[in-house]
This record gives sequence, C-alpha cells and structure tokens, in this order.
Amino acid sequence: MLKARIIPTLLWKGTGLVKGVAFDSWRRVGTVLPAIKVYTLREVDELVILDITAMDDGKDPDYDMISDWAQECFVPVTIGGGVRNLEQIKRLLRCGADKVAINSAAYEYPELISEAAFKFGSQCVVASIDARRTLDGGYECYSHSGKKPAGKKPCTWAKRCEELGAGEILITSIEQDGTMKGYDLELISEVASAVAIPVIASGGAGNPAHMLDALRHGASAVAAASIFHFTEQTPAEVKAFLGQHGVAVRRIIR
Amino acid sequence: MSILIIDYGMGNLASVRRAFEECGADVFISDDPADIKEAERLVLPGVGAFYDAMALLRKKGWVDAIRRAVLEEGIPILGICLGMQLMAESGVEGGESEGLGLVPGRVIRLESKDSERIPHVGWNEVHFQQKHLLFDAISDGADFYFVHSFHFVPSKPEHVLAITPYCGGFVSVVGKGSAVGVQFHPEKSSKAGFVIIKNFLRYKPC
Repeated sequence: MLKARIIPTLLWKGTGLVKGVAFDSWRRVGTVLPAIKVYTLREVDELVILDITAMDDGKDPDYDMISDWAQECFVPVTIGGGVRNLEQIKRLLRCGADKVAINSAAYEYPELISEAAFKFGSQCVVASIDARRTLDGGYECYSHSGKKPAGKKPCTWAKRCEELGAGEILITSIEQDGTMKGYDLELISEVASAVAIPVIASGGAGNPAHMLDALRHGASAVAAASIFHFTEQTPAEVKAFLGQHGVAVRRIIR
Repeated sequence: MSILIIDYGMGNLASVRRAFEECGADVFISDDPADIKEAERLVLPGVGAFYDAMALLRKKGWVDAIRRAVLEEGIPILGICLGMQLMAESGVEGGESEGLGLVPGRVIRLESKDSERIPHVGWNEVHFQQKHLLFDAISDGADFYFVHSFHFVPSKPEHVLAITPYCGGFVSVVGKGSAVGVQFHPEKSSKAGFVIIKNFLRYKPC
C-alpha cells in the first residue's frame, strides 16, 4: 500500500534556514546542510527545500550549493524557488534534485509546466500553489512568495496544472503557514478533489492530529516546518501517531 | 571494481553516484559508450520520458554498446526507474518507441483501478516473487521510494522478480540474466536502498 508521506519543509533565504508566520516575520532557524544531514539520518520520507527570495532577486539558483545539499540527501528532495525556465530545471535535476517545484513563473508562462513534463517527465514537476482566503469566503492564488495576487482560484489552477502535466500539487495556505493552528482543510479538500494527481498539504501543522486531518481531507502527503523546528516532535513520532489512527505510514525496518 | 553510470543526458546522476560511493563502489560517469570496456558493471539511471531517452541513447551510440555488453558478455546492468523501463522491448511514453530489449516486455501507462492517484509517488511495498540475490538481507514487503506514471509489463512471468500493490499490482523489479531493473529509486530509499545497491555490486548472474 502507498504510504502517507511526512515531509519536512526547509525554507531558505540568503544564507540560512528560516521560518515565518503567514509568509512574513522570518526567523532564522539554522543552516540547511546540518538540517539535511539530520533528516537523512532519521530517514524521513522526503524533503522540500524552497528558496523564498529567489523570485524577487531574479537570480539563477545557486547550483553548487544545491548540489552540495543533494549529495548529503539520501531521501527524495524537491527543490523550488525562482524556477522560471527549462534550463534551470535541467540543471537542478542534474544537481540531484528529484523534483522541481514551479510556482510564480507558471502564472505568466503555463507552458513551462507542460514543456518540463514533456522533457523531464511529469514525475519531477511539482506545481506549487500558495493561496489566501478572499473576502467572499473563497480562495485566490498568490505568486512571488505570497506578494502578488494571481487572479486564479486554487482548485481551477491546480486542475490546469494537472492538465499541463504536473505530477504533484503542493498547496500552501498563506494565512495558516507558520501558525501551527492546523492546515486549511477546506482548501486541501477543494484542491484534492479537483485533481487526480497527489496533493501535498502545506501550511499550519502544529501537531500530528493536524496532519491526520489533512490526510483525511484528501492529501497524499503532509509538509510541515514549524512543528519540526520549534517543537520536540519528530517525523517518526508523527508517524507513530498516524499509524495508531489507521493511516498507512512507512515503517523503517531494522 | 569499476561501475559505469551511463550518462545520456537525462537522470539524477549525482544522487546515483553518491549513493554508489556511499556503498563503497568505485564509480564513474561517462557519456562515451567506448568506456563500457572499462566497466565491470553498468548502471542505467533515468528521469524523463521513454521516447526522448531512447533517442538520446541511440544518438550517442549506447544502444548497441549496452546490448553487446549485457547480452553477449554478460556484464551486469542495473536499470533504475526510467532506466529499468528502457530495458523493455518497447514503450509508449512520448510516442511509440523501441527499447533496449534486454528483458522481453513493454512499458505502458499506469491505469488507476481503485481511484489511485497517478503518478504513483511515495513509499510503497516491494513483494518478492522469486528468491534473488538483489533482495538479500531485505525484508519481503519493505518500502522503497517510487515516482512514476508508467510501468513495465514483462512478457514472461519468469522475469518478474517483485510486485508492488498499486493500481491492481504492478511489476516493480524485473530480471533476466545479467540485466536487473528496479522501478523504485534505491539511491533515494535510505538504508534499504543501499542494501539493494550493495547486493547489485556483488550480483553475478548464473
């Protein structure tokens, strides 16, 4: 049986690892490489590493550094942040990224997803969607780390990304992110029912019960950062909890 | 012992090389089929679409070189993910295309049977169908990391080494003679993956 994945998210800004609240008030929480080593040692299911300033800077990813990270990472890793063309995707995959997350650039040039899927396979294209609630109770997508409204609804945009060839959707609730008050279950549910590809829930996890909720609302995987940065809880403890509640999780057989 | 990782322009070569190094292998990456004569074992990684991959392998002269080394000289080869699929006779991803023909069978799209999401992404069980050195010291049903939308359908049951319960069950490990292929990523499957790699390093076809 396919296991629910617990995915620590590492947000990277400038020189270090950070974590914010609602895509703001960034706190420095360490450096990336030691975090990767610890998570690899603990045999986590997967990692997501996002450069949160890359789109603003307009710079290319730092391939040497990403390559150093990937070399220490013996679990699957998704790299994202500022990805805007096929050449970058090709180089990131060559550096050792297993998947590449595409966010802002896809709103301006949706064909980036279809071209990447055609050339490198759907399995390595993760469409990353950041969404905020609107006044009328719906949701709207935002690009550039939550700064620019994209004028699209997450469920229709997710569906479009699937049609273009994305292999997974990473859906993040901007308001819930970093609050540790739980995922936006309505958002997850809407997106997960709109597509047939796996959906990774992100933004708001504060305890294992929140993750259970997200999985019960259609997510195939749960991404989280604060819970692992700021609490004593480990991915292994989360899995033990989920296992007790009937979720199939990967057991590490010694 | 020298392990050659075949570089045809696609695939996460860095991760594969690192994992093999971590397992104690003397490994080199080459995009020149002439280097096959330096190799005691071959690794065919792969990320991407079947059609493009075969076109690149043909263009760089790998197809005949691999077939000769594996089928005539009995050099062991490990195909990983798309690399495993390329061992088939044909595939349909990105357009109908001939494969390397190392293991009889074809590669087709995964079809959802019970509203499973596709691609098949994540950790799933590998259930052994035959005793094989590749599985030495691994528990039957251990989890490995998968990420794929297509799967290998071998023509003969004797080439099915393991299956994985998804979409009604698909073949996750194939083998014929010195050719073995795994649909999952051993280089990304933590310790269990390393055991597979170490087993391949001492695999001798009978």
